Amino acid sequence: MLILALDTSAAASAALVSDGVVLGRFASTDTRSHAEVLAPAVEQLLFDAGVAGTGLDALAVGVGPGPFTGLRAGIATARMLAFVWNVPLHGVMSLDAVALDADHAEGEFAVATDARRKEVYWARYRAGSALPELVDGPHVGPAESVPDLPVYGRGAGLYAGRLAGTAHATELTPDAVALARVAERTLADGGALRATTPLYLRESDAKVPGPRKKALL
Amino acid sequence: MNRSEPLVLGIESSCDETGVGIVRGTTLLTNAVSSSMEEHVRFGGVIPEIASRAHLDAMVPTLQQALADADVELLDVDALAVTSGPGLSGALMVGVAAAKALAVATGKPLFAVNHLVAHVGVGLLDAGRLPDNLGALLVSGGHTEILRVRNLASDVELLGSTIDDAAGEAYDKVARILGLGYPGGPAIDRLAAQGDPAAIRFPRGLSQPKYLGTPEQPGPHRYDWSFSGLKTAVARFIEDCEARGVEVPVADVAASFQEAVVDIITSKAVLACTENGITSLLLGGGVASNSRLRQLTRERCEAAGITLTIPPSSLCTDNGAMVAALAARIIMDGGEPSGIGFGTDSSMPVTTVHL
Ligand SMILES: [Zn+2]
Repeated sequence: MLILALDTSAAASAALVSDGVVLGRFASTDTRSHAEVLAPAVEQLLFDAGVAGTGLDALAVGVGPGPFTGLRAGIATARMLAFVWNVPLHGVMSLDAVALDADHAEGEFAVATDARRKEVYWARYRAGSALPELVDGPHVGPAESVPDLPVYGRGAGLYAGRLAGTAHATELTPDAVALARVAERTLADGGALRATTPLYLRESDAKVPGPRKKALL
Repeated sequence: MNRSEPLVLGIESSCDETGVGIVRGTTLLTNAVSSSMEEHVRFGGVIPEIASRAHLDAMVPTLQQALADADVELLDVDALAVTSGPGLSGALMVGVAAAKALAVATGKPLFAVNHLVAHVGVGLLDAGRLPDNLGALLVSGGHTEILRVRNLASDVELLGSTIDDAAGEAYDKVARILGLGYPGGPAIDRLAAQGDPAAIRFPRGLSQPKYLGTPEQPGPHRYDWSFSGLKTAVARFIEDCEARGVEVPVADVAASFQEAVVDIITSKAVLACTENGITSLLLGGGVASNSRLRQLTRERCEAAGITLTIPPSSLCTDNGAMVAALAARIIMDGGEPSGIGFGTDSSMPVTTVHL
């Protein structure tokens, strides 16, 4: 199965994976240039691998949670590519990619990524044979709200002192290679992936104006 | 690339309209628009994050609708175009990401164009060419500008603009103060018809000599506008009515407010035209559908010997056809595509027609 995976829930990353073998990968380091770098990266990956977009078996995109503007760049890109190439598109929760990379041998653990505003996005997993199993989440909240378990990911690193549990793999962020593997294994097991509806977890912050009391207010 | 009569697909997402338009040279084929306006009503103004969320969900369906309407296959398109600025950055980002993906997936060249100049580009549709000595007055919820257009594809200059609120924004804020709905423009326009525009003398921003100067020695804001003081004056007037326990003459306030906005917009626009050799003026933007603005612009242009063009309303509000029309002109003039490495620019100047 030939999969192109994209994730922009933290940094921007893209990967072309065929039956578990990584044919190409791209990862940006910053979190604010997704709309600039992602399309050129996709073009380069396909070109280098000599693959046509229409030859893909599936597209997978990280649906967050993640900072809104960056997250949308990846989903907008994936939806358009899937539409034009007429390739099946699947959504994958971005924390699932971190959970796969967490390399946790047994038992339960948590994954946390940077949600800005001094909060983390987090979810709780149980180690499994092929894929970690999502037990709870995703949520957004302060580091104190993450369960007392080993916590993996950049969100754990940022607030290690405020976690009930212990921080591990503190630079780990959602990556397209792991995302592609999650998608591939889930599909291979006959499982279902998500729609590409973004997991914003937070409202838009807009306030409905109250009734006017004084005109100048 | 077919440069004589290119088939161009344009994408617009700078504010609250998701637009996909298709043109062939200067012929409009379709103009599909999905607006999130309804979702902003309860907030009394455009909420950028809500607009961005709506763009993401509307993008592919709007594209499909445009292709179906125009009976065009993506394969046949010569070039793609997208608004890369100015506008709300989160909203622009969705259109730019989608347009780049479309370019990668189809292998078609992509042109990143200026939203404000694209508003002028609609003047090309069906007319075929723009008049010489052209100016453009753009009035909407997001902008209030007067431009000089020497060459649409390469030489556009900003003569004046608002230094605070856009005119449409002032309408929204005053409509809120008056307890009218959103968007404020149509609500105030309707109510104003029953009021006396001379009942209350509201201030005309930046109209004092120290801002205007003289033709020989122009002041710092000769062709600029300001609407925040006007909004405050309306609020003060209403507070004063309430303090005195008199009923607010709502229709008179609406009419007098509208007169203040329209008077200062048109007088400064015509001043800018006459002093810059502009003999044709295009009126664009969402507020171009305001009845009093159309009327007074027409009267004052006629008196000054300026030929006025007002495109149909569907092309005055934000849309993808204007983006496609501008890109088609750029292509016919020999312009080169922008590649796919560019970013959005929320304050892109009009001197940058395309990237
Ligand atoms: Zn506009």
